[in-house]
Amino acid sequence: MTELLKVVGLSKRFGGVKANEDISFDARKGEILGIIGPNGAGKSTLFDLLTGYQEPDSGTVVLNGHTITGMRPDRISRMGVGRTFQKLKPFPDLTLIENVMVGALARTSNIREARDQALEAIAFVDLLAKRHSFARELSTGQRKRLELARALATGPRLLLLDEVTGGVDQKTIPGLIDLVQALRGRGITILTIEHNMQVVMEVSDRILALQFGKRIAFGLPDAVRSDPHVVDAYLGSADAA
Amino acid sequence: MADARQTALSEALSEPVWPASPPLFRIAGVALAVALLAYPLVFTGTFSHHLMIMIFLHAIMAQSWNVIAGMSGQISLGHSLFFGLGAYASAVLYVKLGVTPWVGLVAGMSISALVAAAIGIPTLRLRGHYFAIATLLIGISAQIIFQRWEWVGAASGIWMPIERNNPWLAFQFHGTKLPYYYLSLLFCTLSFAVVWFLQRTRLGMRLLAVRDEPEAAASLGIDVAWHKVVAFMISGAMMSAAGTFFAQYVLVIDPDRVFNLELSVLALLMVVLGGTGTLWGPALGAAILIPLSEFTRTWFGGTGGTVDLIIYGILILLICIYQPRGLLSLVTERLRRRVDTL
Repeated sequence: MTELLKVVGLSKRFGGVKANEDISFDARKGEILGIIGPNGAGKSTLFDLLTGYQEPDSGTVVLNGHTITGMRPDRISRMGVGRTFQKLKPFPDLTLIENVMVGALARTSNIREARDQALEAIAFVDLLAKRHSFARELSTGQRKRLELARALATGPRLLLLDEVTGGVDQKTIPGLIDLVQALRGRGITILTIEHNMQVVMEVSDRILALQFGKRIAFGLPDAVRSDPHVVDAYLGSADAA
Repeated sequence: MADARQTALSEALSEPVWPASPPLFRIAGVALAVALLAYPLVFTGTFSHHLMIMIFLHAIMAQSWNVIAGMSGQISLGHSLFFGLGAYASAVLYVKLGVTPWVGLVAGMSISALVAAAIGIPTLRLRGHYFAIATLLIGISAQIIFQRWEWVGAASGIWMPIERNNPWLAFQFHGTKLPYYYLSLLFCTLSFAVVWFLQRTRLGMRLLAVRDEPEAAASLGIDVAWHKVVAFMISGAMMSAAGTFFAQYVLVIDPDRVFNLELSVLALLMVVLGGTGTLWGPALGAAILIPLSEFTRTWFGGTGGTVDLIIYGILILLICIYQPRGLLSLVTERLRRRVDTL
């Protein structure tokens, strides 16, 4: 498989806190890459560095052969990188269709085409029944689907999902997992931050594990699960106990 | 399951992009248009014409403020700047060079758009209230500059020479306010058209996205800062057109009148009162506030100018407490609920 994303030595500090320290990994075309780590491990910071919301202190991000390090978020988006936000950011005073249309308008300036593409994305996340509702009227799970559809409508090659299953009730999780897998079916490469270990082991081709801003493991799910550093991070080290 | 979803999708795809407004609305719209066209022929008094002209003029100003604040979410407190630029651009061109105010109108709008870009490019990148503070200070500075600028008449301003032979070319009408009435109605309709059209284009939808969640907007490929600048340019040009109209209506302009901070505040008040970001809210705000100010002026004489400000203040307080989405939402929310239950 060919490499879509290559990250080398990415570091970011906020004051005295090293949010990300020398993080390197790669993602292949069509891959689902799970990103795990305890709270404060630097997962969301990593997403912000990859999508231009924060500028790294050092390191490079290469997308499909182009260096995108330090570019503005809108430019990175136009290079084919879509994302959702951990703290959801729907456009509250727009309807669901309009929310997703704004995404589709990244690809076309024709309103009718954008509407049609938006509806397809909304159908994909199975939320058509709510299409005329204002985003502020939707539940958390529905807003997550909205963000997914909106990012999808931009036609991304790489999609960064920040806790798709976080904060939604248990019974909607399988549906969201199916969605993530269906996205891969469309040839989209996915980086997904997950707290739910079962979910991440199930969907990921490979897993990147972070702790205290550092990469502690990177590889196949089984290898990462049994990695001593990862076990430590999640269960607490034997020394501390 | 998949089939059901496919059916639902094709059904949704066959819907019109923008739902047609309910028949009741269309009838009301036609009735309003007829009423406004017939009004000056029914009510022939000068004051009744003047009142409506003032409402239309202020509705344009409100609609202008609506574009920058209601559509892109940026609070401008110095919009009188563009009103003054519009008034002075056409007046100076007419008095000094004999250029028709119609060209002056376009010149004023162009100058205002350029000035808006010059102000917006450095300030609209900043977050928070910097833009509001910058516009407030620039608006006040502009008034001071024009008060001291001898070439444009300094504090005493500009008197337009009376021209009776070619009223349409000179954009001044004597003995009747009818042309002013219909022109202001036309300008006002055009300002509505701008907002109506914006709401249905890529630019406008992206502005709304920038207003609601700038970070999410950027993740969808939208250059947030540039979109705010474009909104400010459109808004400034609209305000400028109102300024030119006002100059041609009163034919005497001075910095105290056309660069008045009160105009900036009034534009804000009308929009907040009527409904920010809506198509009809700004006009509703103008239709309430302007008669209020005109009538208090006649009832209380020269001091009425302060009485209306006190009433404005009370109204805004009430709106913020009880109906923060503006008066228009009283109607639209009720309608939506009724449509939903059908």
